[in-house]
Amino acid sequence: MPTVTIDGQQIGVPEGTTIIQAAEMLDIHIPRYCYHPGLSIAGSCRMCLVQVEKTPKLQIACYTPVSEGMAVHTNTEQVVKARQAILEFLLLNHPVDCPVCDQAGECWLQEYYMEYGLYDSALLEDKVRKRKAVILGPHIVLDTERCILCSRCLRFCDEITKTHELGIFERGDRSEIWLYPGKVLDNKYCGNVADICPVGSLTDRDFRFICRVWYLEDVNSICPCCSTGCNIIVDYNLKRPHAAKGRRLMRLRPRYNPEVNKWWMCDEGRYGFKFVDASDRILDPARKENDKLKPIPWEEALGRVARAIRALVDEGRQEQIGIITSRWSTNEELYMARRLFVEQLGVKGLDHRVPGNIVGQDDGFLIRADKSPNSKGAELIAVHHPEGMDATQIVQAASQGKIKLLYVLHHDLAEAFGNKLIQKVSQNTELLVYQGTNFNQTSDQADVVLPAAAWPEKEGTFTNYAGRVQKINEAFAPPGRAWPDGKIFVELASRLGAPFRYICAEDIFREMADRVEPFKGMSYSSLGLTGSLVSSQGE
Amino acid sequence: MGVKIISAGFDIEGFHRLQVYLAHEGYQALRKVLTSMTPSQVTEEVIKSNLRGLGGAGFPAGRKWSFVPKDSPKPKYLVINADEGEPGTFKDRLILLNTPHMLIEGILIAAYAIGAAKVYIYIRGEYTEPAKVIGQALEEVRANNYLGQHILGTDFSLDVVIHRGAGAYICGEETALLESLEGKKGWPRLKPPFPALVGLFDCPTVINNVETIAFLPAIINRGWKWFADLGTERNGGTRLFCVSGSVNRPGVYELPMGTPLREIIYEQAGGIKGDKSLKAVIPGGSSAPVLSRDQIDVKMDFDSLMAAGSMAGSGGIIVMDEDTCMPHALWVLTRFYAHESCGQCTPCREGTGWMEKVLRRILDGTGRPEDPENLLRIAHNIMGNTICPLGDAAALPVISFLEKFANEFDFHISQHRCDIEGV
Repeated sequence: MPTVTIDGQQIGVPEGTTIIQAAEMLDIHIPRYCYHPGLSIAGSCRMCLVQVEKTPKLQIACYTPVSEGMAVHTNTEQVVKARQAILEFLLLNHPVDCPVCDQAGECWLQEYYMEYGLYDSALLEDKVRKRKAVILGPHIVLDTERCILCSRCLRFCDEITKTHELGIFERGDRSEIWLYPGKVLDNKYCGNVADICPVGSLTDRDFRFICRVWYLEDVNSICPCCSTGCNIIVDYNLKRPHAAKGRRLMRLRPRYNPEVNKWWMCDEGRYGFKFVDASDRILDPARKENDKLKPIPWEEALGRVARAIRALVDEGRQEQIGIITSRWSTNEELYMARRLFVEQLGVKGLDHRVPGNIVGQDDGFLIRADKSPNSKGAELIAVHHPEGMDATQIVQAASQGKIKLLYVLHHDLAEAFGNKLIQKVSQNTELLVYQGTNFNQTSDQADVVLPAAAWPEKEGTFTNYAGRVQKINEAFAPPGRAWPDGKIFVELASRLGAPFRYICAEDIFREMADRVEPFKGMSYSSLGLTGSLVSSQGE
Repeated sequence: MGVKIISAGFDIEGFHRLQVYLAHEGYQALRKVLTSMTPSQVTEEVIKSNLRGLGGAGFPAGRKWSFVPKDSPKPKYLVINADEGEPGTFKDRLILLNTPHMLIEGILIAAYAIGAAKVYIYIRGEYTEPAKVIGQALEEVRANNYLGQHILGTDFSLDVVIHRGAGAYICGEETALLESLEGKKGWPRLKPPFPALVGLFDCPTVINNVETIAFLPAIINRGWKWFADLGTERNGGTRLFCVSGSVNRPGVYELPMGTPLREIIYEQAGGIKGDKSLKAVIPGGSSAPVLSRDQIDVKMDFDSLMAAGSMAGSGGIIVMDEDTCMPHALWVLTRFYAHESCGQCTPCREGTGWMEKVLRRILDGTGRPEDPENLLRIAHNIMGNTICPLGDAAALPVISFLEKFANEFDFHISQHRCDIEGV
């Protein structure tokens, strides 16, 4: 454990810790471009040069390990001059086209220039011209003039995906990031290179030019596209509603979680949010009239569903009620479904195991075959009754008229079981309720449609494949008259004479943590930013 | 005439052939080493001889060997740097062409001393003929058991591989050379670790220049004291000085370390062409700071030149007469470094190109009064801030030319033309 002094502050750090890491522990930020904690050390940008006592030359903080008694200065005149010099060099052949650059506002050239800029240009000569707006693959565009050759992107493709698409070609100030012959930047994680590019060289084709970053707001969340539960940041825009035709969710970015996804996320997750602002969102409660859906007030929709359930329960015909819950629902929503339907109303036909969520194979990194975010939560909260039917049996029973009321949450049963079967379900049930975010073949067959919030429109938790409980947060309100599932359950419960006393998602979680063994002792505050593991694997 | 060690072979007919070399004490040092000396005795002998690394850095050769860990479980490698690319330097080429067996015998001695499992000769891509000659010499020694298994009937075995470069100056920098040898782009490595610990294929590696190695047979044959006494206090032996530029007899001259520069220019190389007067000399390859005419009494060894504010470097002496336009000469040098900068680290990648452009502008007659100061500022911003010495190599000439010949730059800037007639 060597002890190092940085800018007068002492800290003991593990053997092998570099100056830049030790400084971070002391909340001292040393400017850097090529350094990225998830990648090997390049040591090439020279932005992190610092002064080490008893060493004549400045040393790069990203590569120099601290040693016992080392004294480092990160802000002396010599260091500041070096940073100014490096920035001047980096900007020498940079086009400085910030007004038309999509990175503006989150560019590390701009960021450091505010502090270390020389402002008056000493350059009279022509800049080196290079290739611009080059499509590297399905997601990424390259501007080689803006590139500062930090090599983060190619180290990512060499070290993380090991797909080796990118290299640096030519020499000196003609150097360029480029694709190796015959390659396309098309791996399952290539969106990350736009995140780690510290400048406007690599931009995301889906996001670029649709919104200036200073209009964005963000919340922390969890990617719902598979059971890994990558930690993400949701960037959304409400301030400029005209941008991107009203699209609110602008982009997703990975958020560091050492236990789950480190600094990364896959493209499937990154670009898997388009349904949120799609034109087929369900905006109003509706009922079917002459084979068409007609918008109705919530009161009417909830009343109709509640009356139908009540009638069956009052007559002791609970076995004629089927509830299809969802692996896409939060733990809280799943718990509420269990409370209301199983515990209060005695429904046995409740299950989430609709086939179709397994696609391909785990890739050994972040992508898992189970494409739902909360299979583990659904399993742990045991929303399927031990003596009850599974989802397939429930749907079969509904198609045979044995179940009179089928309440479907989020799943497109037509996709899982075929449209024919769902038509039969529709014909042979008294009431088919569909609660979801977007219209699909199942909602088309429903008697009552309830508009639900999508994941960025609600608060709650998901339990990932490993049993890690992680929090999602509301970025923006649901569109139209849509409500989060939790609110729909609350309203329904009060109409069924079994009112919930929850005010917010946290209330539900607190109760669940009290009553459902694997979640014992957890609270929203104990989950923190990185989540926590359920106490045992299964009840 | 003084002592000639390597260049003595330049004048002997057919010296590049094994039979001729054997007739001139060839491979006797190897036999002596293999039969009567331990590896550490060889290293000790070389340390005491004061043999310096003649690729340019001048690091004591024997001490470099001693950094190789003796107990490493990994194989050790010896790499011969034959990527002679420093402008003004052309000595290794002559060794490869004329005295290849001296180099090979030296390789065998060095490999024995450090316990190398294999030797690579990294030879400059443009050196087609030298590569052919050294290749033929290796075939000869292989056929005669001076190379291969159980050399000369001893337990010592060795193989040598020739690897030809692809034309990048930077691959003469030892860690870029290793990268290139491993099949990667020739980008210098971050140091430490130094190659002696983590070198080729992550194994302990010694990298020596051709000339350095070629001196080994003589040191073994005649003893360290004889060699050390030829030179100055801490610079043993002779070295090959490459004289080019405005002299009557340009060429390679083997002279004792510490020979005065004046003697090399005026006695050996026959003085300045056309009886013109001397203006400036670059004493150690293009990276060495330039000396003015009143500095040529300096002794040509590593320590004396360092004291004079320059470097002995690779032994390339570039002589410039009164008709040389110094801004133009500096532009030629700077253009070279801008072209050869590998582009890995920021200051050198961007700074070399910028300096070249500013100099070009001065030559084109559109220089500004603040240009010299800006050039100095750029050069100082490169100096010491780069991964490898190429940054310093590009900055040092700029600084020394501007400091010593400021008036010529000022003339170009204020008069928009050159003060040398006919240029």
